Amino acid sequence: MNLLALETSTDTGSVALWLDGALSERVFVTGEPAGSTHSHTLLPAVRALLDAASLRFADLDGIAFGNGPGAFTGLRVACAVAQGLAAAHDLPLIPVSTLEAMALSSGGERVLVALDARMGEVYWGVYCAGVAQAPLIVAAPQDVPLPEGAGWLACGNGLAAYPLLAERLQAKATAFQPQLMPAASAVARLAAPRLARGERVAAADAVPVYVRDKVALTVAERLAQGGRA
Amino acid sequence: MLILGIESSCDETGVALYRSDDGGRLLAHALHSQVAMHEAYGGVVPELASRDHIRRISPLLRQALAQSGCSLAEIDAIAYTQGPGLAGALLVGAAFAESLAMALGVPSVPVHHLEGHLLSPLLSRTPPRFPFVALLVSGGHTQLMRVDGVGRYTLLGETLDDAAGEAFDKTAKLLGLGYPGGPALSALAEKGTPGVFRLPRPMLNSGDLDFSFSGLKTAVLVQVRELGGESALAETQRADIAQAFQAAIVEVLVKKSSAALRLAGLDQLVVAGGVGANRELRRQLDARAKKTGATVYYPEFEFCTDNGAMIALAGALRLQAGTPGKAAGSFAIRPRWPLADLVA
Repeated sequence: MNLLALETSTDTGSVALWLDGALSERVFVTGEPAGSTHSHTLLPAVRALLDAASLRFADLDGIAFGNGPGAFTGLRVACAVAQGLAAAHDLPLIPVSTLEAMALSSGGERVLVALDARMGEVYWGVYCAGVAQAPLIVAAPQDVPLPEGAGWLACGNGLAAYPLLAERLQAKATAFQPQLMPAASAVARLAAPRLARGERVAAADAVPVYVRDKVALTVAERLAQGGRA
Repeated sequence: MLILGIESSCDETGVALYRSDDGGRLLAHALHSQVAMHEAYGGVVPELASRDHIRRISPLLRQALAQSGCSLAEIDAIAYTQGPGLAGALLVGAAFAESLAMALGVPSVPVHHLEGHLLSPLLSRTPPRFPFVALLVSGGHTQLMRVDGVGRYTLLGETLDDAAGEAFDKTAKLLGLGYPGGPALSALAEKGTPGVFRLPRPMLNSGDLDFSFSGLKTAVLVQVRELGGESALAETQRADIAQAFQAAIVEVLVKKSSAALRLAGLDQLVVAGGVGANRELRRQLDARAKKTGATVYYPEFEFCTDNGAMIALAGALRLQAGTPGKAAGSFAIRPRWPLADLVA
């Protein structure tokens, strides 16, 4: 089974190729070289990865992508590219949660994931043996609900961005991986068994999961707050 | 050649298929407008626009393919709007188009949104012939252009501040007509009595072909305040102000368009953009054309608003004119892209 995975939910983007369990990956970072964005680098990286494996797009069996949460624009780049590549050869799409991919990458059994959501908040997920224990949330470091028990592994750049959160987790976590970020290889590892089981998502439903869903106030809400129409 | 066109620069997602052989034919044209979604917010919310584009684009592609009876394997190139427009919105269409083109092994054709509008009259059942003058009036643009051929555009004049459609929408808001209130304002203006209120004709005699509409909106604001505020307006006053506003904006558009034809020495005027559907504007333009012997072309309304058909057409004409397609892959959008930078 040949599976391509895309991950551009943060400044560090990556693409991975799963060939019957053998993984290859390419990583690219926004601003390296100066001025580069995921729009510049993502598709050439996909091409390079396929070329290195002597594969054509038609040889793929499915396309996976990190569907969030993360940077809104990055999520849409991966999603739109996945949709476009999949449409060409009518391939199944497998959306994978970025936080779930991070939990897998951490190697931990009981994992707390905190991805910097900017604006003083983190995206927060709690995983036991890879299964989400609660719906993902976006919350300020002081409002993140602490899990039951101790011995957790905490990961993600939210820990580095918000020392307060790391501090609150001192009693709960025994290991910290503040440098861990979402990676396409983890997306591929999660997507491969789903693809093998025949899971597929219609392109219209393969949209990003933003978690931060309130992005503007309606006229009625502005007026209710004493603002202007 | 079969060209797929994708538009996502603002609040409309459009996907179309155009065949350029034998004089050209539009095979399919699927569109989703987000106007209703943005209504509650009193204007276009860029993040919400982007979120909607990505939900719509794949289903619209399927719809266009079904309409045309074509398969993706038959497509020779994929044109998409590279700019100008909302960055996040442009990115969805560009990423989708480039990746689809790459996986199909065909070139992409990044298109300037305004070039799409300028060439859109050629989709009409009765198309103009080059050269012509185009009056582009929408919520985002107010420009007079001389169009000599594909890639041969000369800017004759443009708005220095608000676009005409923007002035309609903002003035409608001042009159309590909601968003987007332009069409409601035009409907109300039909009931108004001419001459009750008199509003300025900004830059009517400026001696050039530029426009300015923000002062007109301010004049309405002052007028409404003098009458005790929006809530104090009688229905007839509201209609009379709407009438005065529309009369002012139409007079300026008609006089400047007429002057543009005269200066360019041409007798074909093409009206593109959403405001081109305004009935009073059409009446006045037709009346003026009758006197001067000019012909006015109005593209069908579906081609006046943003759409994928004009992008497919622009891409097809570019390729026909010898512009090489781009190797699909690395891409960049251009949210700000002066038309002056566009060359053949």
